[in-house]
Amino acid sequence: MESKNKGKDFCIFALPGMFCFFAVVIVPFLYGVYLTFTDWNGVARDKNFIGFTNFISVVQDKLFWSSLLLTFKYVIVVVILVNVIAFAIAYLLTRGIKGQNFFRAGFFTPNLIGGIVLGYIWQFVFSRVFVNIGESTGWNLFEISWLSDPSKAFAALVMVSVWQLSGYMILIYVAGFMGLSEDVMEAASIDGATGWAKLKNIIMPLMMSSITICLFLTLSRAFMVYDVNLSLTSGGPYGTTEMAAMHVYEKAFTSRQFGVGQAEALILFIVVACISGLQVYLTKKQEVEA
Amino acid sequence: MMNQTQVGGTKAKAARALAMAGLIIIFIAYMFPFLMVVINSLKQKRDIIKSPFSWLYTIKGLSFDNFVKAFTQMDFLNAFKNSLIVTCCATVLVTLLAAMLAYYIVRNKNVISGATFALMVASMIIPFQAIMIPLVSIYGGTLNVLNHRITLIFMHTGFSMAMSVFMFHGFIKGNVPIALEEAAYLEGCTHTQTFFKIVLPLLKPTISTMVILNSLAFWNDFLLPSLVLTDKKLLTLPLSTYSFYGTYSADYGTIMAGLLLCVLPILILYVVLQKQIIGGVVAGAVK
Repeated sequence: MESKNKGKDFCIFALPGMFCFFAVVIVPFLYGVYLTFTDWNGVARDKNFIGFTNFISVVQDKLFWSSLLLTFKYVIVVVILVNVIAFAIAYLLTRGIKGQNFFRAGFFTPNLIGGIVLGYIWQFVFSRVFVNIGESTGWNLFEISWLSDPSKAFAALVMVSVWQLSGYMILIYVAGFMGLSEDVMEAASIDGATGWAKLKNIIMPLMMSSITICLFLTLSRAFMVYDVNLSLTSGGPYGTTEMAAMHVYEKAFTSRQFGVGQAEALILFIVVACISGLQVYLTKKQEVEA
Repeated sequence: MMNQTQVGGTKAKAARALAMAGLIIIFIAYMFPFLMVVINSLKQKRDIIKSPFSWLYTIKGLSFDNFVKAFTQMDFLNAFKNSLIVTCCATVLVTLLAAMLAYYIVRNKNVISGATFALMVASMIIPFQAIMIPLVSIYGGTLNVLNHRITLIFMHTGFSMAMSVFMFHGFIKGNVPIALEEAAYLEGCTHTQTFFKIVLPLLKPTISTMVILNSLAFWNDFLLPSLVLTDKKLLTLPLSTYSFYGTYSADYGTIMAGLLLCVLPILILYVVLQKQIIGGVVAGAVK
């Protein structure tokens, strides 16, 4: 595309896409940084520059830090469970069994459906179906709805997230397993590698690029959980399951403290960016060529 | 020796059977919530409370009444139409604009295209929550353009631009030979003609991946539309499900029917396009 009318080409090919991107992502992002230094309440016409006051409010906002801590707990549990379960199921799926495609497609189904609908479906399962099991079998575990007990509500949220995300990761791990070279596997077997040793020394290193992707995806998704959080527990009971993303939303749009909310959103962003960056760096180092 | 192979054979067979059995159990557990929705969408509240499991022994019997009620109360057709318009327009727009922008960036190495691309790649780690507040502030306060479908379409387009450009960029760089374009120029084609007649058809694999990924994301998105649209007539399916649930949360049968209605269009599409959707998702993730 080398020609005289460079300007025209730029306007036709590059400008529309760039405009959308800058107007929706870059400009609001920069404006958001500015907002953290103002006392805007969402309605007032003028914003006053108030320096670092919002950041001091963030430091003092105990609920934010407890929601962030809770999010960390949630992310750790979800990331481990999702990847272990998805890895195991993908391993079973690639053992040459019949109906592999059917299973894979079935496991992926929850990912086609929005978090709001999924949360409502599970709300029914937890509050009616499980309670009914509890009533008819006398099982203490299910006697009262998980969603009305703080520690069990957290477990419920984890369970739904694992259920949803693992289907996605199964796809990636299955693709990884299918890419393993038959020769290497056979050579390992001939050399006497079996079971755990084979998994740890041969399969895991070769699967590292899939693991990098899956960890990255689960990390960033789990950190930003909102839809399922809103529809399943909406932070309850008594705000015990309010994750960081939800707290930011509440701070800005319910308490109308936009500056503080935006400051918290930026802190959350930096935390997520650092952790995902570190994870990609660390797992990439483990990747090997077959 | 012979014996050994046989033992190995049965062992492998047994392992396979065990894997199959395990998978079936896990699979049923995965499908359980959906099963509950289907079963209970046909029952009345009394029967649901009595037992959410059975289809037999219902006092009031099974009927499609719940569906009729949910369909009208959710204003299903209208919400479906809104979702369809927003999803289709935004998907077409982002696919086309991203392909063009990526093409420009690959073929014109200058400061602007280099910087734009670097900025786009970097921006992919910014979560939506870090932008939503200023977004509302700018588009709701200063520009006052919320509550229009076009605003939502524009925002969807902007948010998925970086990822789409990134995917197209990789594909064009590796798979679109510049010789083809040069031949087209010699034949007298303009740049625009060359792009639409020669380059765009070559991008088919990436186009189908991006259409699948983006349309799924737009169709299911809740947070962004909830910030942009509040007018009842404009609500998309996830939004109308949300407000519908708020009103009828105690009416289990109707709720189940409503949720099923919501999920149905996409499940039907999934049955038809299963291979393409799964292929698209894997391609999108692995890149």
